[in-house]
Amino acid sequence: MSKRIYLDNAATTPVYPEVFEEMKPYFTEYYGNPSSIYSFAGEAKKAVDRSRQIVADLIGAKAEEIYFTGGGSESDNWALKASAEAYASKGKHIITSKIEHHAVLHTCQWLEKQGYEVTYLNVDEDGIVKLDELRAAIRPDTILISIMAANNEIGTIEPLKEIGAIAKEHGVLFHTDAVQAFGHIPLNVNEMNIDMLSLSAHKINGPKGIGAMYIRKGVKIRSFIHGGAQERQRRAGTHNVPGIVGLGKAAELAASGMDERISYEKELRDHLIERVLKEIPYSRLNGHKTDRLPNNANFCFRFIEGESMLILLDQNGICGSSGSACTSGSLDPSHVLLAIGLPHEIAHGSLRLTLSEQNTMEEIDFTVDRLKEIITRLRSMSPLYEDFVKKNS
Amino acid sequence: MYSEKVMDHFNNPRNVGEIENPSGVGTVGNAKCGDIMRMYLDIDDNGIIQEAKFKTFGCGAAVATSSMATELVKGKTVQQALEVTNKAVMEALDGLPPVKVHCSLLAEEAIHAALWDYATKNNIQIEGLEKPVNDIGEKEEAVEEEY
Repeated sequence: MSKRIYLDNAATTPVYPEVFEEMKPYFTEYYGNPSSIYSFAGEAKKAVDRSRQIVADLIGAKAEEIYFTGGGSESDNWALKASAEAYASKGKHIITSKIEHHAVLHTCQWLEKQGYEVTYLNVDEDGIVKLDELRAAIRPDTILISIMAANNEIGTIEPLKEIGAIAKEHGVLFHTDAVQAFGHIPLNVNEMNIDMLSLSAHKINGPKGIGAMYIRKGVKIRSFIHGGAQERQRRAGTHNVPGIVGLGKAAELAASGMDERISYEKELRDHLIERVLKEIPYSRLNGHKTDRLPNNANFCFRFIEGESMLILLDQNGICGSSGSACTSGSLDPSHVLLAIGLPHEIAHGSLRLTLSEQNTMEEIDFTVDRLKEIITRLRSMSPLYEDFVKKNS
Repeated sequence: MYSEKVMDHFNNPRNVGEIENPSGVGTVGNAKCGDIMRMYLDIDDNGIIQEAKFKTFGCGAAVATSSMATELVKGKTVQQALEVTNKAVMEALDGLPPVKVHCSLLAEEAIHAALWDYATKNNIQIEGLEKPVNDIGEKEEAVEEEY
């Protein structure tokens, strides 16, 4: 099997050739520091400004509200830690959800050690944040609500507009980790009342190590990385010009083809989901059926474990991921799968396949065909399946 | 991440299956932690393990260690089988990544559980065999606390 079928686009994506071409001159030709005075550096500065505008346009923001960072995790850390610092005089209470990315969850845990109080909202069985719980959790000392735009594991899209409205009504800042959603689905910071938004380039066929944060004008968070006066004195460090150019180009491509891409990805995704649920017994779909990222499918297969499945898929050239304990390096399976109410033994048998516009229907069919064989094989050697069959025979 | 031997035993596991009316059978691990091993032994009147089979729910390392453990105990006496430790299983597989060492402990425990069942059924005592713990996780947590 020489051909690779890449179905792990939520982990990272290939840099598109057009994006790479756009970046190249900023390594060797226009290498000037955008902060320098001489005209030669002007090309680099112009390129940074151009990217800033493209990113802003994609989420309905103003260019001066976009701050380039080292990636999604940095943006999340910045949003949470700097808000906590800036608004500590108002209060020390933060609201988030149980299914956030670790960049948010671990930052919240760190803040708890610094004396902040964090409420982790429950989600329903589809992974949607419970809005009544959110309303009930807001207190006079609540300073921030941080809820992701779409979940990285199960693909569920959160009701951002409703959350934004609740935040606005109570005068609480609203941050969203949009790393999985940016460029994949339409987002608008004004319609959704978003005050801060984290995004990353490498999930939309841009380079790794570059991201951005949208900060609404008037939100008073300060610098997180101290040093030079870059990014309106809010994020020091010489601009990663090629990276910023790559993010801009990737965002431009994501914006221009979004509608067709969404419908194509949904066609592939729905075919994948339909075949798996129909043809593989004791399987289930995780996440919301329709309010989910167009490229995300996440399943659980009973009686088997995720890592074994990934190794056998890999031997067929198929790249996927799992929320099993063995892939997380701990004894616990994915916190997201546990939060939607799955028991441990079922969560261990999860498989996430995240596709792209570059995948084909043939690849999806090939994947399902192999998956059926793999699951049959692993079940034939599973003591859990043996017990289940004996019990039901 | 895995040695060639681990991959070989994962891809072509030896002795997968069940034994009808086994001399001893033991199941260890728990689904909560993501791995369960069941080992079947067929032991003759001279106390020699004629056949060993396994079924495992778990990762690549769990399957490979189960497979290797069955290979290592086959043809051995009950006493010799007791000497198949997790280290022996790991060495036979050319090592395991640190996070997977617990799989080899589980394999050792599976052998002990099957032998315990054999001893109980036949009302005999096997020197050096202690009642196996069902949940290897408990044992591991105790080890971690020592650090």
